Amino acid sequence: MNAPVFIAGMGAISAIGNNLSECLNALENQQAGMGEMAYLHSVHSKTLPVAEVKLSNDALSEQLGLSKIISRTAMLSMVAAKEALENAAIAALSNFRTGFISANTVGGMDRTEQFFNAFLPDHKKGKLRDVVHHECGYISELAADYLGIRDYVTTISTACSSSANSVFYGARLIRNNILDVVVAGGTDALTKFTLNGFNTLMILDQDPCKPFDENRKGLNLGEGAGYVVMVSEKVAAVLKKAPFCKLSGYCNANDAYHQTASSPDGTGSYLAMKGALDRAGLLPEAIDYINLHGTGTQNNDIAEGTAIKRLFGPVYPKMSSTKSFTGHTLGASGGLEAVFSVLALRENIIYPNLRLQTPMKELPFVPETLLLKDVSVKNVLSNSFGFGGNCSSLIFSKI
Amino acid sequence: MDKLIQDLKVQIIAQLNLQDVKPEDIGDDQPLFVEGLGLDSIDALELIVLLQQQYKIKLSNAEDGPKVFRSVRTIAEYIREHQPQNT
Amino acid sequence: MPAPIYITASTIISSNRLVKNGQTLYEYTELDTAGFLMTAYQHLGVKYPKFYKMDHLSKLGWLAAEFLLKASFESARYAPEQVGIILTNANSSLDADLKYFESAREFASPALFVYTLPNIVIGEICIKHNFKGENAFFIFEEFDAGFIQKYVSGLMNSNILQACICGWVECIGEEYKAVLFFIEKGAENEPSAAVNDVADDLFTTDNLNKIYHSDNG
Repeated sequence: MNAPVFIAGMGAISAIGNNLSECLNALENQQAGMGEMAYLHSVHSKTLPVAEVKLSNDALSEQLGLSKIISRTAMLSMVAAKEALENAAIAALSNFRTGFISANTVGGMDRTEQFFNAFLPDHKKGKLRDVVHHECGYISELAADYLGIRDYVTTISTACSSSANSVFYGARLIRNNILDVVVAGGTDALTKFTLNGFNTLMILDQDPCKPFDENRKGLNLGEGAGYVVMVSEKVAAVLKKAPFCKLSGYCNANDAYHQTASSPDGTGSYLAMKGALDRAGLLPEAIDYINLHGTGTQNNDIAEGTAIKRLFGPVYPKMSSTKSFTGHTLGASGGLEAVFSVLALRENIIYPNLRLQTPMKELPFVPETLLLKDVSVKNVLSNSFGFGGNCSSLIFSKI
Repeated sequence: MDKLIQDLKVQIIAQLNLQDVKPEDIGDDQPLFVEGLGLDSIDALELIVLLQQQYKIKLSNAEDGPKVFRSVRTIAEYIREHQPQNT
Repeated sequence: MPAPIYITASTIISSNRLVKNGQTLYEYTELDTAGFLMTAYQHLGVKYPKFYKMDHLSKLGWLAAEFLLKASFESARYAPEQVGIILTNANSSLDADLKYFESAREFASPALFVYTLPNIVIGEICIKHNFKGENAFFIFEEFDAGFIQKYVSGLMNSNILQACICGWVECIGEEYKAVLFFIEKGAENEPSAAVNDVADDLFTTDNLNKIYHSDNG
């Protein structure tokens, strides 16, 4: 049951890069990805910055070699998951029981919106093929087919913690000897549905977001996909290169407070971080870096910060929110940030928390504002908290 | 003002789905949030929608919410102050 | 040997009928989804004004959990983080998505938007009972008893949870079905027949399927 689970590959696409090395390059050079909308059509295009992937649907479709355009959510998933598998370079993958655990929250909403644009004014119009991809599960099936993964395919949908949950669910399948290799993470494309929805919640910043700043005004929505390839000990032994690290701890808890708001003391966040440390058998001081959930909303950052204060005080690890680069990619964020956490371990770097000027007055610590290089990063904690009170923390550790 | 307060009570009950509450149950100065009617942050957003839909008043800064939405009377006062002249 | 795990209660809500532990509690005729959910809430006899604000999926799941736990759950037996919820369905929050879509043509409603995620129903149940254990929502084409049995057994055997609400909650327009199970551990070394006056079903794939399909007759 406690067999180790290794991270052997990773893949990412986001507003700061179309692949792993572009993303890392942007993180190192402090290049954020939010700006004016180029692909999403919205009445808010001049007022709300978003963090779009810098590829059109045509370009994505062509890069993937597809014969037609399918949901952007699925195409982003395919790009990042394919890169993750290539990065892992597992010889004779077909000899192993392989699974695809993918999260998303919008499903094929982008295609559904196109359908409704034609359908609403004239019910005879609109192409039904645009809505067949609507449900979240279908997105994962499309990507799994593309990757040729057939042994096990599942979709998790627990809001913004979805893809962190797919990572640890994948790890469990390996630990329980149900699978040997799991591609796990998540994807989400920007849609008018989510943009308008978050706008009605009044938690979108009209400028690039400022996580953990006293004057933070909310989040920027982003899009992308991020996946890790997890393997069992047996598979790790036959890899041509050593795995990057292991997934040493994970925990999920419910905040049981409100549908969307976090409890003031961050009970759910605290339970998730504490549970992950316990599972990893680590003390708080062993954590070198926390990749914060850090959305930039008033509510999240104070709840998360309060939970960190309770668990780690008075000595704090380095921390930052990479949402200051990628925006909040919702169902993809846990997967993307898992990839960034593994990269931090591999490169021994800590990313800056961009645009942080005034530290929050309630908190005794300040996230990093500059890139740190050549630091010893042995254990990284990655936080992902979602609506519905769903809180998850993952810990990645050097081998 | 009394008419506006009465209208608001009916509109708030409809907008927020307060099915067990009758207009006469809501005091003019009774706190609406937490200790009073027990409304939450999502209700506050729905009240912003109500102001926009029924009174064409845009409350663009959510931070003004607690002050404006303290009671039915404070909402009525806010509407009086901000309502476009021609309505 | 891990302690045996039992299905200590079950609730089925579908087609105007509410069944608890195999007994029909209520059966109505000619009610639409909204009418049925409201009538069932009134029969529950609990005052919970938040109920009116929920979308249909959350109302359905919340009601199923209320009837499931009523007289079957001793909150003193468990710490908040020992009780978890694992739910599944095929269509995620499509019912709320479509309603929000409709509303957004005139005026997007924040109260509708918050329900456009399937796991909000889990949050609603956790808020009511202060459950803080592991929770997840999985999307499957159809009810997968084997998955639920394996997954929840894993959580119980590794002591991540001591009790779990699990099952299926689906609602689209006038079609709805909720089948929830309450899963608890028996005493260690307990003989396979439970010592309670009513023998609980063992937590097996067969028993989950038997209960799930029992309302088809």
